Amino acid sequence: MAILTRRDFVKAAGAAATLPILGSTAKAADKLKVGFIFLGPIGDYGWTWAHNKGRLAVETALGDKVETLYTENVAEDASAVPAIRDLANAGCKLIFTTSYGYMDQTIQVAGEFPDVKFEHCTGFKRADNVSTYNSKFHEGRAVLGTIAGMMSKSGKLGYLGSYKVPEVVLGVNSFTLAAQKKNPNATVSLVLIDSWYDPPKEAAATETMINLGDDIITTHTDSPGPLQILEQKGLYGFGQGADMSQFAPHAHLTAIEDIWGPYYTERTQAVLDGTWKSTDTWDGFKEGTVHISPYNSAVPADVQKAADEIQQGYKDGKFNIFTGPIYAQDGTLKVKDGEVIADADLAVMDWFVKGVSTAS
Amino acid sequence: MSVEFFVAAIVTIVGLSTPILLAGLGELVVEKSGVLNLGVEGMMLIGAIAGFAASVVTGNPWVAVVAAAVAGALSASLFGFFVLTLNSNQVATGLALTIFGTGLSSLLGLNYTGRIVMQFGSVFPPALSKHPIWQVLFGYSPIVYFAIIMVGLVSWFLGRTRSGLILRAVGENDLSAHSIGYSVIGVRYAAVAFGGAMAGIGGAYFSMVITPMWAERMTAGRGWIALALVVFAGWRPGRLLWGAYFFGILMALELYAKASGFSFLPSQFWAAMPYLMTVVVLAIISSRESGGGNAPACLGKPFLPAN
Repeated sequence: MAILTRRDFVKAAGAAATLPILGSTAKAADKLKVGFIFLGPIGDYGWTWAHNKGRLAVETALGDKVETLYTENVAEDASAVPAIRDLANAGCKLIFTTSYGYMDQTIQVAGEFPDVKFEHCTGFKRADNVSTYNSKFHEGRAVLGTIAGMMSKSGKLGYLGSYKVPEVVLGVNSFTLAAQKKNPNATVSLVLIDSWYDPPKEAAATETMINLGDDIITTHTDSPGPLQILEQKGLYGFGQGADMSQFAPHAHLTAIEDIWGPYYTERTQAVLDGTWKSTDTWDGFKEGTVHISPYNSAVPADVQKAADEIQQGYKDGKFNIFTGPIYAQDGTLKVKDGEVIADADLAVMDWFVKGVSTAS
Repeated sequence: MSVEFFVAAIVTIVGLSTPILLAGLGELVVEKSGVLNLGVEGMMLIGAIAGFAASVVTGNPWVAVVAAAVAGALSASLFGFFVLTLNSNQVATGLALTIFGTGLSSLLGLNYTGRIVMQFGSVFPPALSKHPIWQVLFGYSPIVYFAIIMVGLVSWFLGRTRSGLILRAVGENDLSAHSIGYSVIGVRYAAVAFGGAMAGIGGAYFSMVITPMWAERMTAGRGWIALALVVFAGWRPGRLLWGAYFFGILMALELYAKASGFSFLPSQFWAAMPYLMTVVVLAIISSRESGGGNAPACLGKPFLPAN
C-alpha cells in the first residue's frame, strides 16, 4: 500500500512540477487577447498539437486584431484554476480550455470574470459567459471503418481505446457499423487500456490484438506507438488526432485530424464584433472540424472512393452511420430500421453495437 | 492455439518485462548498499531521451545505449551528491529526481518529438530472428540478453566476490564497515551510479526497441513497478529475474483477457496486480522471517559516522 500511495503522490507532484509555461507575451492594449489552456505539450503530435494549430490559425486569420497566449501541460485538477485565472488576469477576453477535465474549473473562473468569455472543449456545463464545443470524431471513424472493412483479410479488426466514455463508445460503434456495411461478418475486438497515453502499454496491446488475429487496428489513444508496431509487423492502422504517417510510412493508411482553426477564428471574430453568445457546438465533416489525412498509396482506388463517399455524405448531410437498424452487443434491436439516433442521445451513448467484443 | 501464438505472446511478455528487469536490477544493487533511490522513473526517462538523441545523432544503437547508461549514471550521481555528500533525505531527494528527470527529459526532447530512429532489433540473422518459432529465442534486441546476463553477473558479484561482500556489509551495517576501513560513501556512490546506468538502459529500451520514438513521459510509470519489483524479489537477483517475467505475464494477461473479450475481473484489478502481489509477498516475508526479511538493515538511512 505504501508504494501505491507513494506513486499517487508522485504523480500529482510530477504533474505540478512540469511547470506551465506562458507561451507568448502580450503588449498592445487595443488588441483582443485570446488565451488557451492546453493539456499536453504543444509538440505532442496529437490532441494539444491540433489545438495549437487552431490557435495559430486565429493569428493568421485575424492578424493585428488579436494576440494569443497559451499555457501548456496544465493538469486536469485544481491546478487548472490558477492557470485559467492567470490568463484572465493577463487581459484575455476570450479563453479556450481545451480538455474535458477543465470543466468545473472553467465554470469557477468564469464566475469570477463575468466580462471574459470562456469556451470549454468536450464538456457539457455552460453559463452566460461559457460556451461548449466538441467535434464529431465518430464521423471520421466511419471513414476508417469503411476502409478497414474493405481492406481486412480476416474480417477481424482491433480497436485500442482509452476509457469507456461517450467519445470512445461512439468511435467504436461508428467504426464497427461502417466496417460491417462493407463486410457483414466483420468483428471488432476492443481493448481499453485505462489511459490516454501509455506508449509501452499501447504497443503491447497492439501486439496482443495482432496475435489474436486482428489485421487492421485503429487507435483511440494518443501516441503513435501502435502504428510503429503495425509498421514492424507489416499490417495497417490509422493515425489519431493528427497525420502520423512519419512514424509509420507503410502502416499509416490515413488519420482523423482535428481541425479547430475555423471554429476558433469564428468565435474570436464574434467577440471582436460583440456578437458572442453562449452556445453548444458539435461540428463534424460538414463544418470542417473533422478532416481525413491523405490516403496511403496502399489504399486501393475503390476503397478510396468508398471512403470519399462517406465523407461527402456527411458534408451533404445525407449520411449518418447511426441510422437503424442497429443491434446491441447481445443482438437486441436498439434502433429501428430508418430511425436515426439523435445527437443528444449520442452524447451519452454507453452501449456497444453487435460485433464488438469487449471484456467489460 | 498454435505454437506461433505462444511465441508471439512470449515476445510481448519479454518486451514488457525487460525494462523493469533492468531498472529493478540496478535498484537492487543500490538498495543492497543501503541507499533507497526513488528516482528510477526519472532516470529511465533521462536514459530514454539520451539514448534516442544519441541514436539520431550517431545512427549507432550501441553508442546510444552507452549514452543512455552514462546519462542515467550522471543523473544518479547528482542524487548521490545530495544524499551521500550532503546527507539529504533519501526519499525526498529520490522523488525530486523523478520530478527533475521528467522535466529535464521533456526539455531535452523538444527537438526530438516526432522523429523516429531505426529500431534496435535483433543481431541474429533474419532466418532466426524472424522465424515464426525460433524468434522466441533469437528475435530480441541485444538489450534483452544483456539484462539476463546482468542478472547472473550481479548475483555472482553480490554473493561470490569480495567487493560484493563489502557492498552488502555497507548496506547492512555502515558503521562497522566504516570502522574496519571501507569507504561507505565511495561504495554507495558506485552502487548509485550503477543503478542509474541500468535504469538509463531500461529507459532506452522504450525509446529504441519497443517504440523507436521519443514521447514525453513515455515510460508511463514503469520506474515505480521496478521499485515494487525489488521488494517483491526480496532483494535477490534470481527472484528479480522471474519476478520481472511474472509481472510481465500479469500485464500481458490483462491485455489478452481484454482483447479476447474474456471478463471475470475488472481491468483495474489487473493493473493493480503487480502492487498487490508485492504487498502479498511483503506480508509473507515479514510473517516468515523476523525483522523485515532480507531488506538491507541500513536501507534509506543516512551515513553519519561519529567523527
